[in-house]
Amino acid sequence: MTAHSTSLSVPQPADDLATEPLTLWQLGWLRFRRHKMALFGGVLLIVLMIFSFGGAFLYTEKYANFNDTSQRLEPPSSEHPFGTDSIGRDILARTIYGGQISLFIGFVAVLIETILGILVGALAGYYGGLVDSILMRFTEALLIIPTIFWLLVLAKFYGGDVPEIHIANRAFSGSVIVIVLIIGATSWMYLARIVRAEFLSLKEREFILAAHATGTSNFEIIFYHILPNTIAPIIVSSTLSVANAILAEAYISFLGLGVQPPTASWGNMLDNSVKYLDSAPWLWFFPGMLILLTVLSINFLGDGLRDALDPRSRVI
Amino acid sequence: MVDSLLRVTDLKTRFHTPEGIVHAVNGISFHLNEGETVAVVGESGCGKSVSMLSLLRLIPTPPGEIYSGTAIYRNDDLLKKSEQEMEDVRGREISMIFQDPMTSLNPVLTIGRQLTESLRLHLGMTQEQAEQRAISLLEQVGIPDPSRRLGDFPHQFSGGMRQRVMIAMALSCAPSLLIADEPTTALDVTIQAQIVELVARLRESLHMAIIWITHDLGVVAGMADRVIVMYAGYIVEEADVDDLYDIPSHPYTLALLAALPRVDRRRDQRLKSIPGAPPNLLVEPHGCPFAPRCEFVIEQCLAENPPLMSVGKNHASACWVAVKTGLPR
Repeated sequence: MTAHSTSLSVPQPADDLATEPLTLWQLGWLRFRRHKMALFGGVLLIVLMIFSFGGAFLYTEKYANFNDTSQRLEPPSSEHPFGTDSIGRDILARTIYGGQISLFIGFVAVLIETILGILVGALAGYYGGLVDSILMRFTEALLIIPTIFWLLVLAKFYGGDVPEIHIANRAFSGSVIVIVLIIGATSWMYLARIVRAEFLSLKEREFILAAHATGTSNFEIIFYHILPNTIAPIIVSSTLSVANAILAEAYISFLGLGVQPPTASWGNMLDNSVKYLDSAPWLWFFPGMLILLTVLSINFLGDGLRDALDPRSRVI
Repeated sequence: MVDSLLRVTDLKTRFHTPEGIVHAVNGISFHLNEGETVAVVGESGCGKSVSMLSLLRLIPTPPGEIYSGTAIYRNDDLLKKSEQEMEDVRGREISMIFQDPMTSLNPVLTIGRQLTESLRLHLGMTQEQAEQRAISLLEQVGIPDPSRRLGDFPHQFSGGMRQRVMIAMALSCAPSLLIADEPTTALDVTIQAQIVELVARLRESLHMAIIWITHDLGVVAGMADRVIVMYAGYIVEEADVDDLYDIPSHPYTLALLAALPRVDRRRDQRLKSIPGAPPNLLVEPHGCPFAPRCEFVIEQCLAENPPLMSVGKNHASACWVAVKTGLPR
């Protein structure tokens, strides 16, 4: 069966365009670029990451946790650009290391959330029937309990005496891992519903029937044929979730149940500043501002991605 | 002596819907030899696609249910196989191509990814081997510059090109049986002719049997060895292709043939249509399902549903009138 003896001699339609057609990602980028606020959000987020992770080259973690009681509650100065806190720690250094923790929690919690949400949503949507009923009733049961309540109860219950963990020569309060797991485990429900809805409609499409007809297994159809089609809403939802996870960390830490000192996070820095709201505003201004900017930039970014990746928006 | 490839007996499929039970396929029996091409014709909703999807067990259950019958392929009953065993049959032994190439390819996966999947799955090829084979398959179905096009997405292909890709996918593992579910309906006439020619040529080189579902009797004439006419989930006539056109023995077949546009018809004549609509499959028919639309109807037609009865060599019809007195010509 050589090619030339069998290939058809009819003239081929000219489906070779002069320019290469754009891929989904190229189209998305063209649309995203026009969304000025989203671009701004993206750039700001990168700046904040450079601040948190690059700042580690300026100050050591030891310095961030070093307390000098002779320098308590100093206002911003050239020696301490963001001032010092109630036990004389440098706030700039602490916002840098606290930023690492807050961003880490935000991204890892969302990773857990995304995996759980995709698994539950995909299985429920694809198999339907009894599997769907059980998984969705479970999801709804979790949804009717307010998230703040979940977070507080779980943090109180599991946050007690978790041993310190050591990664790359650094010690972290074990509470960081607990918080990540708690936030991840309490936030996947909305994503699961989005993924389920996508699967419900996609599994009826003809190309899925065609995939079945070539002997593709259910596992491959779920993860290699349907899932790539749902990637746009998942990316958008997950991006916006990062902001929520950072906020969730901030408020449980603010209530004293989150990340435990001496490990800094933007949330527990706020907690320490409550008593000095008027007397030392720099205690809450800098971590508060960083949380605000991070959440804002992620939301702008998510908004831009929603417009850019929506296959129904055809405007370039 | 030709070998029998597939023998279907008394296949029945129904759907449980909120409105009641839809009897989509009501006990069809037919056989297919190795390398033979059988066309299945009938108007929309008469059970052509459902019966073929039933053979591959691609009916969503629930609501669908195959509740009777056997389908002996080589020596095994397809209807008794486990889902796992069916995955080995689909794409390897029996392939299917679908009506609308615009929606039958996954829009987010490259052509190469979709083509190599069954090769790796069924033949255990490495990615590299599969890609080599995919390139030669695309060449065989007439896609120019195949090695470059492997990385393209479906939206970068025209409708006819996509159907060629679908055919390449279906034939990748050299199946013994190809089920083509109206593969030319969504294409314009010139592309239709190319696709028919392509499948006919590949049939020769692969020596495979084909079940060609269509409602285009023109395509049937050039392609098929035998024709099965379906109506309301029943087989109403089965004949060698020439006999079907020369001596059609069921009023429904007559009506279908009369509805064909003809080059030699005068232009001021209107196309004939069949009065009435196909029966509601929610109610089990009483008597012959075609009786309400039939111009030759006799009393027995309303009382008793005719079984498929022999009216000649390799020729069977489910019509009381045809068997007793013969249809008027």
